[in-house]
Amino acid sequence: MDMAVSDHNTAGNQQQGSIAVPGDARPLAIEAHGLVKSFDGTRAVDGVDIAVPEGAIYGILGPNGAGKTTTLRMLLGIIDPDEGVRRVFGHDRPHDIGRLIGYLPEERGLYPAMKCIEAIAFMGALRGLPLKEGRKRAVELLERHGLGHAADRQIRQLSKGMAQTVQLLGTLVHKPRLVVLDEPFSGLDAINQGKLELMIRALADEGVTVIFSTHVIHHAERLCEGVAIIAGGKVPYAGSVEAARDRIPAQVRLETRAREGGWLALLPPETRRNGDFFHFPLPESGIEPLLKGLIEGEAGILSLSIERAGLHDAFVAIAGEAAARQLQADNEGAAA
Amino acid sequence: MSAPALRPRLSALEAAWVIARRDFVAVLFSRAFLFFLLGPLFPVIVGGLAGSIGGEVQREAVSIEVGLALSPADNAAMMAARDRLAPQLGGAMPQLRPVPEAESDPAFDARAFMEARRGNYAAILTGTPAAPTLVGTEGQLRRWQGPIGLVAAEAMSAAPATFPPVNAEIVSTSAASERTTRIQTAQIAQMLLFLLTMLLAGMVLSNLVEEKANKIIEILAAAIPMDAVFMGKLFAMLAVSFVGIAVWGSVAWGLFALGGDAITRVTGFDLANLPAPAVGWPLFVALGVLYFAMAYLLLGALFLTIGSMAASVREVQTLSMPVTMMQLMVFFLAAYTIKQPGSTLELAAIAFPLSSPFAMLARAAMEPEIWTHAAALAWQAGAVVLIVKGGSLLFRKRVMKSGGAGRDKSKKGARLAA
Repeated sequence: MDMAVSDHNTAGNQQQGSIAVPGDARPLAIEAHGLVKSFDGTRAVDGVDIAVPEGAIYGILGPNGAGKTTTLRMLLGIIDPDEGVRRVFGHDRPHDIGRLIGYLPEERGLYPAMKCIEAIAFMGALRGLPLKEGRKRAVELLERHGLGHAADRQIRQLSKGMAQTVQLLGTLVHKPRLVVLDEPFSGLDAINQGKLELMIRALADEGVTVIFSTHVIHHAERLCEGVAIIAGGKVPYAGSVEAARDRIPAQVRLETRAREGGWLALLPPETRRNGDFFHFPLPESGIEPLLKGLIEGEAGILSLSIERAGLHDAFVAIAGEAAARQLQADNEGAAA
Repeated sequence: MSAPALRPRLSALEAAWVIARRDFVAVLFSRAFLFFLLGPLFPVIVGGLAGSIGGEVQREAVSIEVGLALSPADNAAMMAARDRLAPQLGGAMPQLRPVPEAESDPAFDARAFMEARRGNYAAILTGTPAAPTLVGTEGQLRRWQGPIGLVAAEAMSAAPATFPPVNAEIVSTSAASERTTRIQTAQIAQMLLFLLTMLLAGMVLSNLVEEKANKIIEILAAAIPMDAVFMGKLFAMLAVSFVGIAVWGSVAWGLFALGGDAITRVTGFDLANLPAPAVGWPLFVALGVLYFAMAYLLLGALFLTIGSMAASVREVQTLSMPVTMMQLMVFFLAAYTIKQPGSTLELAAIAFPLSSPFAMLARAAMEPEIWTHAAALAWQAGAVVLIVKGGSLLFRKRVMKSGGAGRDKSKKGARLAA
């Protein structure tokens, strides 16, 4: 049965949680409304809304246990939500369009006795790629990623990083239009993390939609067009990274020669003093009126910088200090 | 946006084929399978050795040799008489052998000899053929008194010199004997089916546990429906079982071809004498294959469900014990009903999916109707599908911890308008 999969919703409809801007006519690769999932009476996911346009790189950002994997599993049809609706390329049964999807689960797994080439071809076969074609593509992919020499090696003979790369190649061998990666950076060293970032960018350049979950903010910040921030099973924010950063004002860092004076009253009430430095959000009126007041008040400005908020600051502001601390702990745990 | 025309997914059959092909190749070319094939050889070797040793021990321990402590002439007469009677009486005759100690000692005391626990005689005969005295334990005397009397009479030519010929008139069969003999075929077929099923279905048990241990199950579950995964695994294991049966069958055929006579002599069992089943041998063998497949798939589906829910091999073993016990019980039920055709119990054994293949195979040996087998096979196949569906549902509910919703109930299967 041949089927076209284009005539579904577009980002132009401005779905809740969409990362698209008005006028973005890209169709949605994924949309989910009010997804709820409970395990043993506990809500693991509580009303998730997500809309991801085709061709976007989208991050699901949150600490461990926040509900990232459960959300991805629901989006892929591995489990069904208790409430809510999910659609992948307009289909509410993701298995119906399995050929278009590639999935790398958080818990990496391959048959240890299988040769690399066979493992990749098998994963392609699961998605409808004929074995012969799968083997051919496996060789090409392995060579392109510097693993050509390992094509005939058994998985059990590979290093962990190599095995992870093989599994990722197996996820891509059937040329999916949507790639879902659950914590793809975990367990990789810095070099392989860099390689993976390049692969994700290359996929997006080819028009492939990539969704990945992570608890490492800088991966999401560097790669993603949009993010869903998830904490405690809820998604307090889903949208573009830029919009998330714009949610909190830029931060001003001021250093003065004078310690006291009437100019201190001009600083915003949220100002924090840290040694010789003052930190405060950029006033809505801009920096110029304040600057004028500081000069007239003879504050003796030694330095002044305005820094745009990062995704981390946005995460803290959106998800709260507790979630941010947990995220930090997860990162430290992963690094250890 | 116009999208390329794509084949969006594998059919359930294609998905099951992908799984079955991988599992079949992986199992067949594993070292474990070689050991599995050799598995039944060990009980056969051990059984043969034990039987041989046991036979030897029994021969030595339970002597059927009666020592002769008569005069040399009487000894010779007794042995000649025994040889003359043996063709008529066969196993009822003792072995006779002169006691060397008696030949060299004119004052030989048989009672003292026996009480001193010397020699390995069941009893010792003294006196003369006309007045024989048998010395031995009470049990041995009770056993050999009559035969020794007959041999002594023959030795004195007091027994008839010739035996009147008894004419034999053989009836090919009778209703009673046909049923009785076919029961033997039914019992052997059931036993064979049970042994093969239990031996081979165990392979399915650990299959899904390994999958979970290798963390591949989520990749499979994301790509294809779980019941296709289950079906693929079941049929792969069934195919592996047929390979196993083919290998064992070939070895057995080779052994019978090389030493069939010896095997028949040792076991006392001759395949050629096995009564023909009611449906005839070719159809019976075909039904045997089909019922094995069904019994295997039914048990395998249960084991697979258990395996999918267990976290470790140890847990699998614990969980599978009740199923194994239940399988034993249904086998006993099916075996018990062989002699009660048409009874409620037999019908229950046929209706209950797990015992149905056993009961129906016995029926094929006993009754000539064919249509009942078509109906039973369809019923058993339906039960396999139901168990697989139930198993995969349980897997998704318990292991993947799934809920029941997810689809857009208002626009089921519909795509959103652009």
